[in-house]
Amino acid sequence: MALKRYVVGCFDDEAVLFPAVKKVRNAGYKIQDVYTPFPVHGLDHALGMRETSLHTAGFIYGITGTITAVSCMGWVFTKDWPMNIGGKPNFALPAFIPIIFELTVLFAAVGMVMTFCYLCQLAPFVKHHHFHPRATDDLFVMVIECTDRTNVEDLKGFLQSSGAVEVNYQVAESGWWFGRYDKEQKLYAEENAAIG
Amino acid sequence: MHLKYESQIREPLVDGNKDYHQVTEDLIRPIEAKPSTLWYIGFYVSVAMLLFGVYSVYRDIVYGIGQWNLNKTIGWGWDITNFVWWVGIGHAGTLISAVLLLFRQGWRTGVNRAAEAMTIFAVMCAGQFPIFHMGRVWLAPFIFPYPNTRGPVWVNFDSPLLWDVFAISTYFTVSLLFWYAGLLPDLASVRDRAKTKLRKLLYGVASFGWTGSTKHWQRHEALSLVLAGLATPLVLSVHTIVSFDFATSVIPGWHTTIFPPYFVAGAIFSGFAMVQTLLIVVRKVLNLQDYITLGHIEAMNKVIVLTGSIVGCAYLTELFMGWYSMNAYEGYTFFYSRANIMSPYGWSYWGMMFCNVVSPQVFWFRKLRRNVAFTFFMSIIVNIGMWFERFVIIVTSLYRDYLPSSWSPYYSPTIWEIGFYVGTFGLFFTCFFLFAKYFPTIAVAEIKYVLKTSGEAQKQEMNKVENQKVEEFVHEHAH
Repeated sequence: MALKRYVVGCFDDEAVLFPAVKKVRNAGYKIQDVYTPFPVHGLDHALGMRETSLHTAGFIYGITGTITAVSCMGWVFTKDWPMNIGGKPNFALPAFIPIIFELTVLFAAVGMVMTFCYLCQLAPFVKHHHFHPRATDDLFVMVIECTDRTNVEDLKGFLQSSGAVEVNYQVAESGWWFGRYDKEQKLYAEENAAIG
Repeated sequence: MHLKYESQIREPLVDGNKDYHQVTEDLIRPIEAKPSTLWYIGFYVSVAMLLFGVYSVYRDIVYGIGQWNLNKTIGWGWDITNFVWWVGIGHAGTLISAVLLLFRQGWRTGVNRAAEAMTIFAVMCAGQFPIFHMGRVWLAPFIFPYPNTRGPVWVNFDSPLLWDVFAISTYFTVSLLFWYAGLLPDLASVRDRAKTKLRKLLYGVASFGWTGSTKHWQRHEALSLVLAGLATPLVLSVHTIVSFDFATSVIPGWHTTIFPPYFVAGAIFSGFAMVQTLLIVVRKVLNLQDYITLGHIEAMNKVIVLTGSIVGCAYLTELFMGWYSMNAYEGYTFFYSRANIMSPYGWSYWGMMFCNVVSPQVFWFRKLRRNVAFTFFMSIIVNIGMWFERFVIIVTSLYRDYLPSSWSPYYSPTIWEIGFYVGTFGLFFTCFFLFAKYFPTIAVAEIKYVLKTSGEAQKQEMNKVENQKVEEFVHEHAH
């Protein structure tokens, strides 16, 4: 995994962060990520991220659960072990509904959480590079990836002028989870972007 | 200024003029500090209760459940009463975290973490009772349908008792996942503040390497919302299915269609009471009065008076149907075994009526809803009442069945039945004490999220705006 260079700007207020994100993107810099202590609504749109499709995954897992429940119970009670229970039909759909529902929920929930952990690369003993220890406390940490043409000092000054309370330069190893989702990142779609 | 506008009539969700760092300090300090003497006393008492329970259960395994006072007529006694009671308590957590999330009730942020933990521990306690009531507990895995060498013999998918197995195990799993997914960011906060090596390691492992990336938050939000959407019907289904255990039988007093909504309302009622019991202690001991405010306690008391009244309506409906159905057995159960105070178990019916229906009505008064000591007292009364309810339903319906020759004499539990119940209290409180010590009892990230819209500082700022004349406001804000 390659070492990458980053310029890190820390903000202490989301009201300062939003205009800064806009300015930085307008200036043509590529924001790697913004680390925040709590979900800041609208930040994903401001960064040009696409919507997550975790919902769709959840739906597919749920359907899988439904099909599993119907087919397993149907097979057991009609083919493998047909039993006369109070004269009810072997395939007694109304009596199956509770278990069908429970398995739908179970599959959807377990599947979604596992997918979430996989996509975000979250697991015990996984180590990610932390750009600032206070990112989980009270700082909004904007991480900008440097290219060959980036002037680090300029960028630092630029971040400071946008309201960053702390600016530094870090070299970090980029795990494969880095930058996967921002490949399709669209450039900030606003006319007459002021450079600098 | 924030986009979300909240009415000034609503009181702040977080008292005191705090910034983000102060919130982290307040909520994570209890984890880093040494526990108080009170914590040690409580913890050791709980462990002692747990050990007594373990010994009682050990005897159940060695001597069989013949050491309980159950018999052929009263086949379900304290064990199933306690099972339903604990499951009911386990409903408030998911209700608070899921249903109130969908209803956009901001006050849930202060109480959801502890309530979810309570749910998980209560369901753990509940599960013990049916498992040990099976008698030969080493055969417990037979309740799951898996290919086996016994035929294969399958379980009966048409039976509500099996639905229960699926409902409770699903409920436990989903609650646990929901709780832990919400914990990840807060455990990361603890990890990043940790001074000692051990704490860094343990919370590092527990927080799964959470960084707070925007993309992760986006997925996290989606996950919470969908899990809440799934947990909402789930929480209603669980107690519905528990009530099917009774309602699908032909025992007078059980065989009613009113059971599912009535059980769910009762579960929410007792669950909120238990949340009150725990949180009133927690906010005092951990000094969290700014986060679990009087407003939170009042909101929960409103839920208690609402669900208590629903339960009361259900009791009266049952009595009415006992008379209106003109069924001799129903009439006997409701008007002799239950409502007649002179009958052997009449005391339990009227105890239930008083604790669940009459006493919560005091919460129509705002002064009493906001009285912490009184709320604590009432929460215990409600939980006693809800225990009586399950006892009434189970024992008074069973002890005089269709055949007078098999009527049972008075049933009272043996010390080992009581010991089992005490043991689950031990398990519950041991887990809760450990949780309060080692985990953030309040969702730190969620509090930070509502801080700027509903904190006291924001309210004061908005007060100024509210009092401004329109011309001044326009002058200040127009471009």
